[in-house]
Amino acid sequence: MDIDANCEKFQVENLSVYYDDFRALNNITLPIKCNQITSIIGPSGCGKSTFLRAFNRMNDLIPHVSSEGRIIKDTQDICDIDIVALRKSVGMIFQRPNPFPKSIFENVAFGPKAHGVKAMVELEDIVEKSLRLSALWDEVKDRLDKSALSLSGGQQQRLCIARALAVNPDVLLMDEPASALDPIASLKIEDLMQDLKSQVTIIIVTHNMQQAARASDFTAFFNMDEDRAGYLVEHGETARIFTFPGEKLTENYISGRFG
Amino acid sequence: MSNQTESILAQAKNKRNLKRQNTVQVFGYILVWLCGIIAVAVVFWIIGYVLSQGLGVINLEFLTTKPAGGVSGEGGMSTTIVTTLYLVILTIVIATPLGVGAAIYLVEYAGDASRESKLVAFLVKAARTGVEILAGVPSIIFGLFGFALFVSYLKLGFSLLSASLSGAALILPTIIRTSEEALHTVPRSYREGSLSLGATKWHTVFNVVLPSAIPGIVTGIVLSVGRIIAETAIFWVTLGGSYYLPKTIMNSGRSMALHVYMLASETRAFDKAMGTASILIIIIILLNLSINILSRSLTARMIGNE
Ligand SMILES: Nc1ncnc2c1ncn2[C@@H]1O[C@H](COP(=O)(O)OP(=O)(O)OP(=O)(O)O)[C@@H](O)[C@H]1O
Ligand SMILES: [Mg+2]
Repeated sequence: MDIDANCEKFQVENLSVYYDDFRALNNITLPIKCNQITSIIGPSGCGKSTFLRAFNRMNDLIPHVSSEGRIIKDTQDICDIDIVALRKSVGMIFQRPNPFPKSIFENVAFGPKAHGVKAMVELEDIVEKSLRLSALWDEVKDRLDKSALSLSGGQQQRLCIARALAVNPDVLLMDEPASALDPIASLKIEDLMQDLKSQVTIIIVTHNMQQAARASDFTAFFNMDEDRAGYLVEHGETARIFTFPGEKLTENYISGRFG
Repeated sequence: MSNQTESILAQAKNKRNLKRQNTVQVFGYILVWLCGIIAVAVVFWIIGYVLSQGLGVINLEFLTTKPAGGVSGEGGMSTTIVTTLYLVILTIVIATPLGVGAAIYLVEYAGDASRESKLVAFLVKAARTGVEILAGVPSIIFGLFGFALFVSYLKLGFSLLSASLSGAALILPTIIRTSEEALHTVPRSYREGSLSLGATKWHTVFNVVLPSAIPGIVTGIVLSVGRIIAETAIFWVTLGGSYYLPKTIMNSGRSMALHVYMLASETRAFDKAMGTASILIIIIILLNLSINILSRSLTARMIGNE
């Protein structure tokens, strides 16, 4: 696959998100590069999760949320994309692994089934492909009919990644996907992200500076103003942000002096 | 010096306080135990009494012959067992889809709908209050309602159908409330997981939320089965009391509880009333045990360590 270095998967333009009257995000403008890993860092409560949930319009599920500005995916405003199609192409991995209380197979097959795939052969094919992609196949191939809840936390998270991949997304949103995992399982997720880069654009929220530095190509640093509204301090290539941060605030944050 | 004495005094006081707290604790503990023992004793006494009076008449013949009617209360109880079974099945078949459907609406859809329209919000609130109130209404009221509506007005007569419809009305609040609770305990992360895959709300509710809520819903249904088996007054005015086996749902019949009541009030066969009551008690006990086993095995199957 040829990767165009300047291709932009998303263009976030002047995005503000409100919970009732409370402004959680203030006027964010940020490009997200295709087939790259972009990490979102910033102190707790600065709106990282809110920002991430804007991309697949999960914020719409919360009553009293409103937003201004827009997010362009490829060439289309995401509000003009059918919600089912949008969520199919923009997968999401949550902070706590949330496999369904079903078998491993049923978990991965859930998405395709929801979108009308019925043939068993095809489903088996998708399940195997997705589990291989998420580096879980060898560990579970003999027990696909066992409950997903019998897997370890790290395996569950990779299962959730397989579940998201099964509907063939071109973007993965990850909200602190490794924060509930031990360091080894966490590293596995990072490796996996590198493997998946050729297929999907990844946006990851993380509190772990090493993880952001190690695993991402681009970094966006968010902070809160006096009204607790989140704003973008700066963004750029991860190597640059971590070695020559443009703002004193960024330097303080990544060196652990606040946040 | 004085500081030291003070602290020693304070320590002593602390100790005394602790000791007093301990006595209170022990006293409270004994009190709670006593209450528990008395409650259990009373229950066992009642069950023991009924069984001791009733077990004597129970044998295969009693279970397999029909009641013969009349003031002497001759015969067995076979038809009442079968009628009870019919009644339970028909009632549950009517009430479960309605109750679970209502619960799904209230938990999954009413919130959004209420935000969109004031009228819907009002109706939902009224429905919730209605369910609360209905749950506390004595069963005979449901019986009178069933008699007026089904038996007389709709001319269904004293019949299995009238009784099941009235019984369904009686257990609906229980089923709605237990199902609502079961749906509420399904983690939000399941719903989010499904929706984030592009599944519709409908698909999410029926393929993720509902299956996860099944153990709780089943518990509510089994509780309701117990209620139907045990209720008397409501079926006295809707099922009639014929001791023949109902051939269609339009026939009158007699459940076990009704049989106990009729034997005790209209015949001299007090021992047979006690015998029937014993069977009733045994069934209820088995039913309660099965709730435990059933919900545990359903939950275990879901978590996957069966
Ligand atoms: N459902 C909600 N209703 C109202 N306010 C909310 C809701 N979700 C988040 N907020 C508020 O929006 C702000 C941003 O929250 P968000 O969860 O996006 O922060 P975050 O950066 O992800 O924090 P963390 O690092 O702790 O996960 C916070 O002030 C939070 O209290
Ligand atoms: Mg967050």
